[in-house]
Amino acid sequence: MKPHRKKKLGIILFIAAGLSVATGVTLFALSQNINMFFTPTQVADGEVKGDTYFRIGGMVKEGSIVHSGDSLEVKFITTDFVSDVPIQYEGILPDLFREGQGIVAEGKVDVAGVFQASKVLAKHDENYMSAEVKAAMDSAAAAGEKQKSYGGKSNDT
Amino acid sequence: MIPELGSFSLILALLLCVALGTLPIIGASTNNVLWMSLARPLTAGIFVFVGLALATLTYAFATDDFSVQYVAQTSNTLLPARYKFTAVWGGHEGSFLLWTFMLTGWMVAVSIFSKSMPLDFLSRVLGILGMLCFGYLLFMLATSNPFDRVVPLPPADGADLNSALQDFGFIVHPPTLYMGYVGFSVVFAFAVAALLSGRLDAAWARWCRPWANIAWAILTIGIALGSWWAYYELGWGGWWAWDPVENPPLITWLFGTALIHSLAVTEKRGVFKSWTIMLAILAFSGSLLGTFITRSGLLTSVHAFASDPSRGFFILGILGIAIGGSLTLFALRAPMLKSDFSFDLVSREIFLLVNNVILVVSAASVFLGTLFPMVYQAVTDDLISIGPPYFNLIFVPLMFLLVIFVGIGPISRWKKTSVSFLVKQLSKVALASLAIGVALPLVILLEFSLPATIAMSLSAWIVLGMIKDIANKTANKPDFISGLRSLSYSYYGMQLAHFGIALMVTGVALTSYFSTEKSVLLDSGQSIDVGSYVFTLKGSSQVRGANYVGEEVTMLVTKSDVPIATLLPQRRIYIATGTPSTEMAIDAGFLRDLFVTLGEQKESGAWSMTIYVKPFIRWIWLGAIFMAFGGSLAAADKRYRKLQKRTEQSLEIKGGEALQAVS
Repeated sequence: MKPHRKKKLGIILFIAAGLSVATGVTLFALSQNINMFFTPTQVADGEVKGDTYFRIGGMVKEGSIVHSGDSLEVKFITTDFVSDVPIQYEGILPDLFREGQGIVAEGKVDVAGVFQASKVLAKHDENYMSAEVKAAMDSAAAAGEKQKSYGGKSNDT
Repeated sequence: MIPELGSFSLILALLLCVALGTLPIIGASTNNVLWMSLARPLTAGIFVFVGLALATLTYAFATDDFSVQYVAQTSNTLLPARYKFTAVWGGHEGSFLLWTFMLTGWMVAVSIFSKSMPLDFLSRVLGILGMLCFGYLLFMLATSNPFDRVVPLPPADGADLNSALQDFGFIVHPPTLYMGYVGFSVVFAFAVAALLSGRLDAAWARWCRPWANIAWAILTIGIALGSWWAYYELGWGGWWAWDPVENPPLITWLFGTALIHSLAVTEKRGVFKSWTIMLAILAFSGSLLGTFITRSGLLTSVHAFASDPSRGFFILGILGIAIGGSLTLFALRAPMLKSDFSFDLVSREIFLLVNNVILVVSAASVFLGTLFPMVYQAVTDDLISIGPPYFNLIFVPLMFLLVIFVGIGPISRWKKTSVSFLVKQLSKVALASLAIGVALPLVILLEFSLPATIAMSLSAWIVLGMIKDIANKTANKPDFISGLRSLSYSYYGMQLAHFGIALMVTGVALTSYFSTEKSVLLDSGQSIDVGSYVFTLKGSSQVRGANYVGEEVTMLVTKSDVPIATLLPQRRIYIATGTPSTEMAIDAGFLRDLFVTLGEQKESGAWSMTIYVKPFIRWIWLGAIFMAFGGSLAAADKRYRKLQKRTEQSLEIKGGEALQAVS
């Protein structure tokens, strides 16, 4: 083999080795950091295994928000109009967090069956909603109760 | 009538694009000078008409012409003037017009500053950009014309600009980001023109480099502005969220960074040619991917525009043709691009290759993390999300590794560097960096953390290596000052950009590991300790702006009983839409930011709020400024201008001959 070919081969092998290590590590990291998304009904049906960190999406049930008077703790119920899941959160809620609004929360279900959220996301503005909030709203709408004017709004342009 | 003028301008520009995308390219391959010489005037024409369309749209906003649907959607009579003008890019249609206008601006710039290029090459470059511009204009006219009217009756008032966008950041971030993004189209056009003509030599790299550097510098600023804006507007205290829409600019930037380094090797040493071309295609693909993600409705986020699927398919079409076409061309032509591998396994070429591999792997991992949830959903119908832990886990170590090579690269030599030379040059630098890395966080912040120590060592490694290199390069000159003068702009550009990395690494590490944050409930007169600062709630009052009403809280910050700052965070309700919005209050500083974001007021009158103390966060954006300045300085190097002058003269002679030949 000519020397420059050898060098070229060396470089190619080096790149290939680097890339395969990187791919392996990346795929591992990816598999460790996937957050699944569930609806309240899926959670109520026990589809989520014990100690999993996941996302839940649904509507904030009317009249369910309870602010604590002396701390940042807040409790509310998220619903897809089939099942309800209680959520507890400590912190400042997003600007657009309201009753009847679609939200997504990230966290775990505790032993008492309350979803302990470490993060709550809401619709960012009237034209915007995250794919998950949208999915939650769509499934809620599909459940047939309390049809409201949410559905078409993001697609009306 | 005036909005129709805008549509008409777009149609004219489209027709000119048809001519620009065909005649000069055919002219270049058939040696038809007349057809080739059409490239410049056609480019100017397209620029003028797209500019006219943009001006028309701006006029419609300025005059509150709500018969135009886009204006009715994104503006309102109450909107302050500065946002009325900039609401032009507040939605999908207008921002795409701005995007296209940026492209035509780059095209005109290429046609003006291209005196060193032979006419056939310039014709190909402009022709390819013309095709791209054609695709964009067709997309605009077919699916998203900003001049569409509201039928039958215009609304009395507009729906208003999204309140989250009513901010200084919105005025500067989108145009800068677009300009940087679109700049990579120019480099892409250079790459495709090189493939078409089979000409890829040091001269080609010299034509291409300033454009790549400038596009990269502007993109750097664009991303940094976005990060800064998100930091002070969205109020979660972070500066980067790994949002699927933030990631494509980063992917483009990483490919672009690899590209400007690979171009350096291609210019200086004539190697890595096909790799450089590949990177130019990848960087451009990154920019199209960004457009696709924000405009297709594939996913939604702060940046995404309300959209319909036909737009997504159209952009996917452009993406497929541009990337597929250029890759096919690459596959056909790349074997012709021969590089002589005349360098050793320890040489600057190899270090730059390592730099490129790390950057490309980082870009690929960000790409994977960004698209994986979409692919997953398409295949399994389950919704998942990939959070910041994934990106941090992969990206941070890769960047650490990269920084090690940032220290070695400039000191190493082309062709061949002995390992013992590097050890001799860098062993003391390495020891000193470690010492600084251990000592600095302890001295500044009185805390120890291993990641911060690693990061600070790496920053010191860059800076000390840089000082060592400058000392080496000036050692043989009569005195230090004349030594400094003898170094080129591009050398200083490189060092400044690398210094920017050191600043950024420092900022990221210190703000990530030493920030404090507290969510609290405060009554009037109550105070809370955060870090070494005391925050006291003094009171609250009603405020009223042009298009919002709200409440403002007065927070006094003291340190050791000395008043430092008064912060005035607000909660606003925008009148037109009834949307609530939180306005952070920040006391910015070179060494730390103090930052309050307001929650709701309890019935007891107490306010909930989150208070942050963020050390060194400004250094992140300061670093980006240094990088961008370095990139621009390198583009201003004498050798690009000299070349221009020399060929200007020879062109005049040749031009004269050509004219005679034509007549």
